[in-house]
Parts: sequence; structure tokens; C-alpha cells
Amino acid sequence: MLSPNEIYGVLNTVMDPEVPVISVVELGIVRDVAIQNDAVTITITPTYSGCPAMREIEADIRTALVARGVHDVHVKLVLSPAWTTDWIGPDAREKLRAYGIAPPGRAEPQGLITLTRSRVAVQCPFCRSNDTRLQSEFGSTACKAIHVCHSCRQPFDEFKAL
Amino acid sequence: MTEPSFQVAAPRSTPIANPLFEYLLRLGDDRLVLGHRLSEWCGHGPILEEDIALSNMALDLIGHATSLLALAGEIERQGRDADKLAYFRDAVAYRNALLVEIPNGDFAVTMVRQFLFDAYSVLLWDALSRCEHEGLAAIAAKSLKEDKYHLRHSSEWVVRLGDGTEESHQRAQQALDSLWRYTGELFDHDAVDDAVAAEAFIAIDHDALHSLWLTMVKDVVQRATLTLPTDPAMRRGGRRGFHTESLGHMLAAMQIVARSHPGASW
Repeated sequence: MLSPNEIYGVLNTVMDPEVPVISVVELGIVRDVAIQNDAVTITITPTYSGCPAMREIEADIRTALVARGVHDVHVKLVLSPAWTTDWIGPDAREKLRAYGIAPPGRAEPQGLITLTRSRVAVQCPFCRSNDTRLQSEFGSTACKAIHVCHSCRQPFDEFKAL
Repeated sequence: MTEPSFQVAAPRSTPIANPLFEYLLRLGDDRLVLGHRLSEWCGHGPILEEDIALSNMALDLIGHATSLLALAGEIERQGRDADKLAYFRDAVAYRNALLVEIPNGDFAVTMVRQFLFDAYSVLLWDALSRCEHEGLAAIAAKSLKEDKYHLRHSSEWVVRLGDGTEESHQRAQQALDSLWRYTGELFDHDAVDDAVAAEAFIAIDHDALHSLWLTMVKDVVQRATLTLPTDPAMRRGGRRGFHTESLGHMLAAMQIVARSHPGASW
């Protein structure tokens, strides 16, 4: 049986299907790894409630572990504590930027309801200019917003703070 | 004008055997029906970004509904999962408020309806995230984060439409006037609420919720240069299974695949 550390190593090779430069561990959705005899239980939390990638991620986790000889794999979904982009570490944020996605800003404190945006301009991941504007808070996937850079004229995705 | 009194023991409802199940159905059905309504815009949005935004919001709402109906099914213990509850119940068994089943109409109707519901939903989630029912509190905390984006989006659209051209202003006002009579039901309080407060520790102060909602709505309506309707006459019935005819039409489209091919997977 693999050690918990080795299992985390395997999970670190399972990439988010929609943002294939960061792993499910870096994304912060792996909440726990539990080993009991020959069975491994991986606890994960969804990014967005309606994210269609969750089932894909579940299958990818299973496949990766089976390939390493772990056959009794259980993937458990928990909602609490709710996933936040604050769990994405500095290295993963750099990977996002290099991939062309502006990393998320700080998430709003839980409960606070504001009708106006608290965030200032999002930095362009390509030319690092701050002269950008929000095109739409809803992008190609639930986790992204679309911005446009006035300096390099590129549209770009932002990983929304959640 | 006096409002019709809200009676719990309606002819078409069975006695409330399982209040927590009933309560979760109400929450889940609101989001499932509204999510489906928004999904009807897919491919018809006025601009590409809006088409994507409405589809994204639909996805979130259906995600929330999935969590709520799955929990309802577990509590009911009759072997019904989220899919069974969504696709194999008729309109009379649906417990959504009438507001969310109102047909999309023009873009102003869709956005005003969304705004009125989003404002209610974020306030309700905020309250429910602190309730003592662990499973529901977790769903509430999670859904609140996503609904905040919806509220920001819909409130900005209400301001843009109201404070826009003469025509957009007029259409937004018309939408607000016609949808207003469905908002009272959101803040109704009945035996189901009493029972979940006593048994499941889910106590929501409906009057406080209503007044917070009014403050939020007034602020946006004012910024949109619209006029808040004052007609107190309210239509209700959805929570007891008395729906408008449009819900049946909607469910027919929504349920046809699941009912024609029960148990199919792809």
C-alpha cells in the first residue's frame, strides 16, 4: 500500500480537466486522504456547485490510483468547509498566470453581501498591465470571468475569487 | 385590499408527514425551476456574453438544486434521489414559489425576476448558513458564494435597463409591476417553517428577511430610476402545489427525456 505522502504525490499528477496546469491538490479540492487496510478514501470538495468537471475529476483520481496498484478507491464529496480560491497557493497562481489566466484575488469574507465590485482592475497575465476592463463575470467555465487588456489588446480569463 | 390568508391544509397537499423533506423540496424546487428557466435562454441570449452568463447561472442553480434534492431524498428514505425527485414528480408535487416559474418573457422580465429572487436567495442562504442543521448549513454556505455573483449581475442589469433608454426603462418597469405580485409568497411562513424550527433547528425570521430584502430591492430600484410597486395584492400557492399553467409546460419539456427513457445513461 502506498503511504499517504505517496498518494498525495499521485493526486498531484491529476490535473483539473478545465485548467490543466494545476492539480486537484494545488486547487485545494483534496480535503483528506484516509487509508484503511487496502481501501483508500479520498475526500474532495466541489469548486462550483454545478461544475460538470467534478465527475471527471472523480474518475481521473480513481484511474490514477488504480494505475499505481490501489484498487479499492472511494471518492467522498464534502461541501463543508466550502471551497475557496484562497486555498490556491502561490506556485499554482504563477502556473495559472503563465497559462494566460489571471489568478484570483482575495475572496470576500463569508456572509458579506455587496452589490458593487470590491476589486480593482485585474492585472493582464500577458503584459502585466493594469489597464484592463471586465467584459463579463461569467466566462467559458463557472470559475472564470472574461477581461480585456487595453495595453496588449488581448482578451483574457480571470480565475474568479470565491 | 386584504390579502388572502395563507392556509396550510390545502386540498391538494397531503398532510405534512415530513416537514424537513417538505422544506428542502421548497428550496430545491425554487432553484431547479429557475435554473431551467434560465437554461431556456441558451442560444437565445441578446449578446454572446449574456448567453454564457445565463447558462452559467443556470448551472449553479441546478447544482444547488441537486444538493438540496439529494438531501431531501436521503431524509425521505423512499429511495428517491435528486434525479427521481426532479424528473418524476408532476407539477402538483412541486413546491417552488410561483415567481420562479413565470415564463422568461423579454430580457427585462428575466432579469427583474432574477434580481428579485437573487436578493431573496442570498439573504436566505446567509441566514441558513448559520442554522443548526449541518447538511443544510453546508449547502447554504457553498451556494451563497455563487449566488452573490448572480445578485451582482442581475442588479447591475436592472440598473442598466431601468436607467437606459426610454424603451428599456418602460419594459423594466412593466416587468417589475407584473412580477411584484409574486414576491409575497417568498416570505410566507407556515406550519412547515414552524416544524423545521422546532425539529431541525432551521429557524428563519421571515419578517426580518423581508425587511432586509425590501431595503436591498429599494436601493437598486431607486438607482434604476424605477418606481417600486405599491399594490399589496399577492398571488401565492406554489408552496402548496397550486401552480400556474406554465409550470406544467415547463416540466413537460424538462422531463420528457428522463420519462421516455427511464434509467438511461450516456
